[in-house]
Amino acid sequence: MAVTEDFERNSQHGNAERSVLHSIQEMKNVLEAALLTSPEPLSLDDLLKLFEARMERATLRMLLDELKTDWSERTLELVQVASGWRFQARAAYAPFLARLQPERQQRYSRAVMETLAIIAYKQPATRGDIEEIRGVAVNQNVMRTLLERGWIDVVGQREVPGRPSLYGTTRTFLDDLNLRSLQELPPLQELAQQEMELKI
Amino acid sequence: MLTSPSPARIHGEPLAALPHDLYIPPDALEVYLEAFEGPLDLLLYLIRKHNLDILDIPMAALTQQYMDYVEQMRAGNLELASDYLLMSAMLIEIKSRMLLPKPAEIEQEDDPRAELVRRLLEYEAMKLAAQKLDALPQVGRELIVAQAYYQHIPQQNLPGVSMEDLMTAWQGLLQRASHFTHHRITREQLSVREHMTLILRRLNLEGMLEFSALFDLTEGVQKMVTYFLALLELAREGLVKMTQSAGFAPIHIQAAELM
Repeated sequence: MAVTEDFERNSQHGNAERSVLHSIQEMKNVLEAALLTSPEPLSLDDLLKLFEARMERATLRMLLDELKTDWSERTLELVQVASGWRFQARAAYAPFLARLQPERQQRYSRAVMETLAIIAYKQPATRGDIEEIRGVAVNQNVMRTLLERGWIDVVGQREVPGRPSLYGTTRTFLDDLNLRSLQELPPLQELAQQEMELKI
Repeated sequence: MLTSPSPARIHGEPLAALPHDLYIPPDALEVYLEAFEGPLDLLLYLIRKHNLDILDIPMAALTQQYMDYVEQMRAGNLELASDYLLMSAMLIEIKSRMLLPKPAEIEQEDDPRAELVRRLLEYEAMKLAAQKLDALPQVGRELIVAQAYYQHIPQQNLPGVSMEDLMTAWQGLLQRASHFTHHRITREQLSVREHMTLILRRLNLEGMLEFSALFDLTEGVQKMVTYFLALLELAREGLVKMTQSAGFAPIHIQAAELM
């Protein structure tokens, strides 16, 4: 195991405190217990606290990679999202688990999804920007739905009359869509744009 | 029911009737309105449905169709119609600008449709993006986050103890213990009983004892007190008789004569 060797090599370089603290397996167990019981993804900084910061970030990353491999044959998988690491059920089990939900999972309306898409791709965006693109007034309920879900928040005000709020997407949005960053969003349809540029 | 639209031409071919899927019964108007996300969405639908080149919109036909829908909405007295009316005005404006002869000197004028095209394309991009976002697995829908239960036991911060606290506690303890001295008396009483017997035995052997002979100073205060208490108890119970010939004279103790 690469990490084990690496770690032992490190520990031979002194820093006795760190080397005797835990065995590799114990450290992975600590990580596993923390990640399994946390309701939110845990960041590297959160995880370092487990070891009272007596661990290099690089070591922690290697341990997480090992842990991920350890679980590769199991029903849960360790994934990295925007705000950190979390365990989640493999996609194959989702249809079964969904049957435990008393209500059918709802989908958001087109209005909600289009508003979300505009905020995600054009952020920071004001209500005016959203209305300009969609061609209709923004329904207050749509904004409330997204705010309550924790997917968008106010990131500032545009310095124009009325100082409208600028909205952006949150880490929770990325977490909930299993993304690490906005770069992982599906790319916008480029075809239409090129077509337009050619002709006009 | 839709008023029959004047025959529209699409790429030169007359469109005799509206496509079947465009027919909207008046009762269903609200449902119909909900199916579209606004005038851009409706416009986009009309264009895509007729497979029109978005960059070569036949303004007359499109405006005509569009106006028919708007008329229906107005009949339904729906608030939403205002957004759609605005779009009609814009379509008619574009159409009228296209009809006007262009003076030679401003031949390079932008196509009046360009702004509409830009907005349609931008909206379409967002509409498609929204569909893709919706297709992503979502926590609470396709993604189930693991969360094992564990009983959280809050870490206790143990208070520090100073030497002074310890002394205060010890003194308190001593003070409290002093309240329980009668317990010792209970135990002592047994011992007093024991000493009563000892005194009586000596009196039986020796007949008469001098008070001071009862006490052995080397045995300590506690022993002496016990002997004293035993003697008092014997006297109270009438088992011994104590006599003194004069003040400060030696006290003599002897077993009480049986009556």
